[in-house]
Amino acid sequence: MTADHDHSHDHDHEGQDAPSATALRVKALESLLVEKGLVDPAALDAIIDTYEHRIGPRNGARVVARAWIDPAYKARLMTDATAAIAELGYSGSQGEHMVAVENTPDTHNVVVCTLCSCYPWPVLGLPPTWYKSNAYRSRVVIDPRGVLQELGLTVDQNVAVQVWDSTAEIRYLVLPERPAGTEGMEEDALAALVTRDAMIGVAKVASPAASASR
Amino acid sequence: MNGVHDMGGMQCFGPVQAEANEPVFHARWEARVFGLSMLMGAWRRWNIDSNRGRTERLPPAEYLGWSYYEKWLASLTARSVEAGLITAEEVANGRPAPGSVRQTPPRTAAQVPAALAAGNPTQRPVAANPRFAPGAAVRAKNINPTGHTRLPRYVRGRLGTIERDHGAHVFPDTNARFEGENPQTLYTVRFAARELWGVAANPADSICLDLWDDYLDPA
Repeated sequence: MTADHDHSHDHDHEGQDAPSATALRVKALESLLVEKGLVDPAALDAIIDTYEHRIGPRNGARVVARAWIDPAYKARLMTDATAAIAELGYSGSQGEHMVAVENTPDTHNVVVCTLCSCYPWPVLGLPPTWYKSNAYRSRVVIDPRGVLQELGLTVDQNVAVQVWDSTAEIRYLVLPERPAGTEGMEEDALAALVTRDAMIGVAKVASPAASASR
Repeated sequence: MNGVHDMGGMQCFGPVQAEANEPVFHARWEARVFGLSMLMGAWRRWNIDSNRGRTERLPPAEYLGWSYYEKWLASLTARSVEAGLITAEEVANGRPAPGSVRQTPPRTAAQVPAALAAGNPTQRPVAANPRFAPGAAVRAKNINPTGHTRLPRYVRGRLGTIERDHGAHVFPDTNARFEGENPQTLYTVRFAARELWGVAANPADSICLDLWDDYLDPA
């Protein structure tokens, strides 16, 4: 749990304490909506299961690994990311219109939604709390280097930082730099190196040697 | 609306703190609110822009202090009542009003995978007649609408460069008011960090936003 304001009211620790007032209100609302025939409870379970178990950053990691090993795929990803991502079976809600932005030795990309919390669900799943926090949304556009430093990434002064504020229905996926020491690695092994944070642009993908030593 | 949701450039919220190994949902109620919000959208009584506008009209102290899913809960409840799908009395009582007719849910579990995979694209197949080509200099308009808009305060009046043309997309300002989709060209516009934040910004840095034709003037 973070110390961010966004969680100051989250008192729910299920299985330990009595349900919070919020949990009780949600339970009452769900009962009402189901009893009125407005919501199918099986559909509710199906949606929750999808975002807890089926859609998440492993999807995006497959896209990145494919782009690293297949130049033709990377070219398609950079020109029409929506279609290239759909080739791997990922599409739909909050990823209807995708754009991939590539990190290079000269340019570092980082994604935000200052107005709400827009995030590319089909490739990254639902956003982490810090991405939705007032601190990240407000500050990454005015002080990207400071925010990246807080999250553990120092960007050289000579490297241009490009911040992508998701103000429309275009959703952004950062294509991280392929780390050194990965020559000859298979796609699955490469995908295992790729983190959610690297695809938002607040981290780099560590080389396998560094990953192993952590 | 010049609300607290439009927070790009504010500096008062402290450091960004990440949680290691964060779960998708921190409590079961968060998962239920998420799922209920997704399914209630299938009644098509609102759209993504009116939803965002509803959340932006939460009292500012609540907007800033509540967790993400607390805001979703408040917004879902408010718009369900405003759309007449439920009543405030039913919310208070937690059960349907006597004599209310039981509906048939518009989305079944079997339909969920296809509905999620399709999503709700906002590009429309209309001739957009873009006024600007990539590379063109533009100035974001200085407008202060009291309703929903996706033109953040921190770029209003600022000079930028057209980066990319995304075709015609639904215009949030009218769609949020249910006054029509008014599809028009959506551009990615690049602003130099120094244009937005002054000489303290790194001269190499830039911020890109996706902005509709109605938000821009030639520069």
